[in-house]
Amino acid sequence: MTRIEEYTCIVCPAGCLLKVLTDQNHIVKVDGAGCQRGVEYASQEFSDPRRMVFTVIKVRNGELPTVSVKTSRPIPKKHVFTLMRMLASIELEAPVEIGDVVLKDAYGADVIATRRVGRLKKPVCCSD
Amino acid sequence: MRRMLEQEYDVIVIGGGPAGLSAATKAVEKGLKTMLLENREMLGGIPLQCIHTGFGVHCLKEDLTGTEFIARLIDRAERLGVESLVRTHVLSINIESLREKTVYAVSPKGLLKIRVKAIIYAAGARERHQFEVGLTGDRPDGVYTAGEAQALMDVYGVLPGRRIVILGSGDVGLIMARRFAMEKAEVKAVIEALPYPGGLTRNVVQCLQDFDIPLYLSHMVREVRGHDRVEKVVVTRVNGEMKPVEGSEFEVECDTLIVSAGLRPDIDLLEKMGVKTDPATGGPVVNEFYETSLPLVFTAGNALVINDLVDYDVEQGEAAATFASKLLDNYETPTINWRQVYRGRNIRLVVPQLVSGTMDVLFYARVQHPENNVNITIRETGFKRRLLRVKPGEMIRIRVPVEELAGLNGEKLIFEVVE
Amino acid sequence: MAGETRVAIIGAGVIGASIARVLSRFENLQVYVLEKNYDVGGSASRANTSVIHPGHEEDPDTHPLRARLCVEGNALWRRWCSELEVTAKWVGELMLFERGEEEKEAEKYVELARRNKVGGVRIVQGRELLAMDESVNRNVEGGVYAPTAGLISPFEAVVALIENAVDNGVKLFTETHVKSIVVRNSTVVGVDTNSGFIEADIVINAAGLNADEVSRAAGVEPWFKIKPRKGEYIIFDKDAEPRPRLVLHTMPSTITKGVYALTTVHGNLMIGPTAKDLDYDSKEDTSTSSEGLDYLMKEAGRIFAKTPSRSQIIKFFAGLRPEPSDGEWLIKAYFEPYGFINVAGIRSPGLTAAPAIAYYVSSLLSETYGFKLVEKPGWKPLRRRITPVSEMDYANLDKHIGENPNYGEIVCFCNNVSRAEISEAIERMRTIGVKTVTFDGVKLRTTAGFGKCQASRCRIRVALLISEATGIPLCRVALKRSSIGIGGVKTLWMEREGNAQDA
Repeated sequence: MTRIEEYTCIVCPAGCLLKVLTDQNHIVKVDGAGCQRGVEYASQEFSDPRRMVFTVIKVRNGELPTVSVKTSRPIPKKHVFTLMRMLASIELEAPVEIGDVVLKDAYGADVIATRRVGRLKKPVCCSD
Repeated sequence: MRRMLEQEYDVIVIGGGPAGLSAATKAVEKGLKTMLLENREMLGGIPLQCIHTGFGVHCLKEDLTGTEFIARLIDRAERLGVESLVRTHVLSINIESLREKTVYAVSPKGLLKIRVKAIIYAAGARERHQFEVGLTGDRPDGVYTAGEAQALMDVYGVLPGRRIVILGSGDVGLIMARRFAMEKAEVKAVIEALPYPGGLTRNVVQCLQDFDIPLYLSHMVREVRGHDRVEKVVVTRVNGEMKPVEGSEFEVECDTLIVSAGLRPDIDLLEKMGVKTDPATGGPVVNEFYETSLPLVFTAGNALVINDLVDYDVEQGEAAATFASKLLDNYETPTINWRQVYRGRNIRLVVPQLVSGTMDVLFYARVQHPENNVNITIRETGFKRRLLRVKPGEMIRIRVPVEELAGLNGEKLIFEVVE
Repeated sequence: MAGETRVAIIGAGVIGASIARVLSRFENLQVYVLEKNYDVGGSASRANTSVIHPGHEEDPDTHPLRARLCVEGNALWRRWCSELEVTAKWVGELMLFERGEEEKEAEKYVELARRNKVGGVRIVQGRELLAMDESVNRNVEGGVYAPTAGLISPFEAVVALIENAVDNGVKLFTETHVKSIVVRNSTVVGVDTNSGFIEADIVINAAGLNADEVSRAAGVEPWFKIKPRKGEYIIFDKDAEPRPRLVLHTMPSTITKGVYALTTVHGNLMIGPTAKDLDYDSKEDTSTSSEGLDYLMKEAGRIFAKTPSRSQIIKFFAGLRPEPSDGEWLIKAYFEPYGFINVAGIRSPGLTAAPAIAYYVSSLLSETYGFKLVEKPGWKPLRRRITPVSEMDYANLDKHIGENPNYGEIVCFCNNVSRAEISEAIERMRTIGVKTVTFDGVKLRTTAGFGKCQASRCRIRVALLISEATGIPLCRVALKRSSIGIGGVKTLWMEREGNAQDA
């Protein structure tokens, strides 16, 4: 049985409206994509939607109390909150460099630091 | 005994965010003796608190987080030997003559008196607060602007609240909605006065739809209620004229209200010097050299016009420095017959506001309301560029080559959108 | 200490603070000020028109005490502001009237001025009026000019009074809520509070909006009720026009003193108040309304030739004034119970009369209770203000930075408030006995957060300084009455960890 799914592509700011004609478990056709990445996105979103994860992680003895992190690539949407729960209990020790791996192989991606946090003797105390 | 530290420079750049860093780096590349002044404790500006990607897509051909992007700019500036001072706040600027200005700045080292020939003002923007959007009711704790909430969470690691209402659906508000949801706070609603979202559609998808956060279009937050802390907000539907619809009020219980009502260029210092401003942008009027009405005082970045993409801040910063260098050599501004650019149909703002017609011009503009399949034109010259879709939330960046600026007969240059 | 009479003043608003300062001058008195909030300043004293009235609006026949103490207070504030380094502008005022009924009313005030011995009050019109203040609407027929009107920052004044009082031996107890007045054998022995029993021989009720409850708790004047009267105010950006030179206001009515338009001591245009009586039990309702905003903008249009622009509004707030049920001040020292003094229902001109009220209360101590008022040798009349960077010339600023680099680090960019001033404000709060340092307290002592951006840039930075000074984690720093955050950014995730079974 065929049906039409609609997705807004999130790959770039254009936000093309994708009309995806599907037949049970596979895609027949993708309309509305402004580029090839949109077609790929439609396919991914249909079979296994993925998202990038951005958050901050606590840092000890740093010039800032947190370091921003991102996943090295989008991870399955269904695992986003599980990853967030794992990251909630991680605390790093300063210094932290951009690119440092905070968590390896988490649902197909690494979690890497995206901000430099230098070491400071007198850290800022932000949470209990 | 006077301790004031006196120095001399070709260019002072005020503001160490993306526009200022780019301007200072370019100025040094052009061989100008440059000093960058930043009033916070570190260089970087707003991108320091932006942990999401979308930065540098154009200028670096990479999709970086704000934090990664600004580290690149800072590293590049340091590699090229850009001199900078942090915790240094400009108090006033005296103009003695064309190439003689004195900048008075205060820092923990003392009062600085800096003699300079040109100034590039890139001090960015400030956020509209609750009183600017006409909120009435109580004034409890728990009302934050979106940028403030972002700094609290993503720099200082503090969660502002548990049950959140966001006023405004521009990109910053949408990004913050996702942040709160990701940290398990309950985002009860995003309230938008216009009948369409202020930010990119992709953000509506990945920030609201992904988390089942309700978006109320054509609604406004009228009142805040709460004694010690926010307890609820009163929301009302609005009609086409943005007037509340009688009887449509409802309450949303929450403990935090995030006001994401937009930015305005922060140009107090320039206004005190009598700079000419454009009410449409809230920033200074500039010519195609990025020069304000004050000779050899340039501006770029959010201090000039609120940009969507950091790449535009970089572009404008570099352009301002390039022109500053050119004009320091040969100050041609007074010799040019400047043509004013007028805003025509469906154009809310456009910079630069003054052109010579003797060189290519990169225009940055925004429309008043969304339209599809239109042309951007300059009536006088017949310049025409087709655009599939225009939205107020997406800045239009258009390079008009000098040939298509030629043929200017009268003074008026009308920049407008036509079918 | 033997021989010391203990005086407990309930309320650290301008009345309580003034009484504390005056009583601190005398030997054999141990004075406590009890304040239920985190900080001094009370309710009405924090949000009012900030005018020191000349006294020509008080009728000496119907309200002789008010008329006398208003004029006395006006004179006393001049000395007090100088001793306490409280910023004051003695600009004079114009009570504007339109042709017709109001014109006749105006004459009445000139006569009242004469009877109350308020100097220099006269009617001005036409060119003379405009020469005094050219922002006035040309439709205005004339104005009653009263040169002795002044402006202060009321909160700054209360802080200064308390700092000076504490410096002279007064003790401040914040977060201390009086639950009952303890009387034994018809004599006051002390007060019961949320932090225990405090012994006192004299209890002075300066509890503002709640003075009726305190009075009833002492068993006196059961009929006395205080109604909260709400007044909304608009504050404009420093760049906004017009900038009235004098204090301008419309004609008083039966319930209000008229709507005022003035340039505050900080340089902002302020317009207000509205006047709305609330229910007796709405003593915490300081909400603003769009009707109030519209009304004030309309009045601004009547006062000024050019109406200020709404786009330059930086703040819109409301305050509550205590209105006694019979419109009269209740200042009385009782024999039953012995030692209880009411200083209640101090409606307008309360701020103006405060210093005079304080001296009057001290005279009640001696006249009613026979207490001998002996001046303390070594009483310190002077109190220094926090020196603001925004008022320093560059040479002076450079010198200050040389002594303390924190004068060179600007924290509030809108008003150029330095780290040194903020640190000093925090220090002073702790010195006077404030238990919970708040961002709001720092704001009111330094003007940080009072500018165009309404603290959206400096709130976090000030909170960080409070965190550093007090050791309290940033997330728990108090803003005004609650904390800046609910915890660290992962708080809700950690809560779920704890309830992993329920997840």
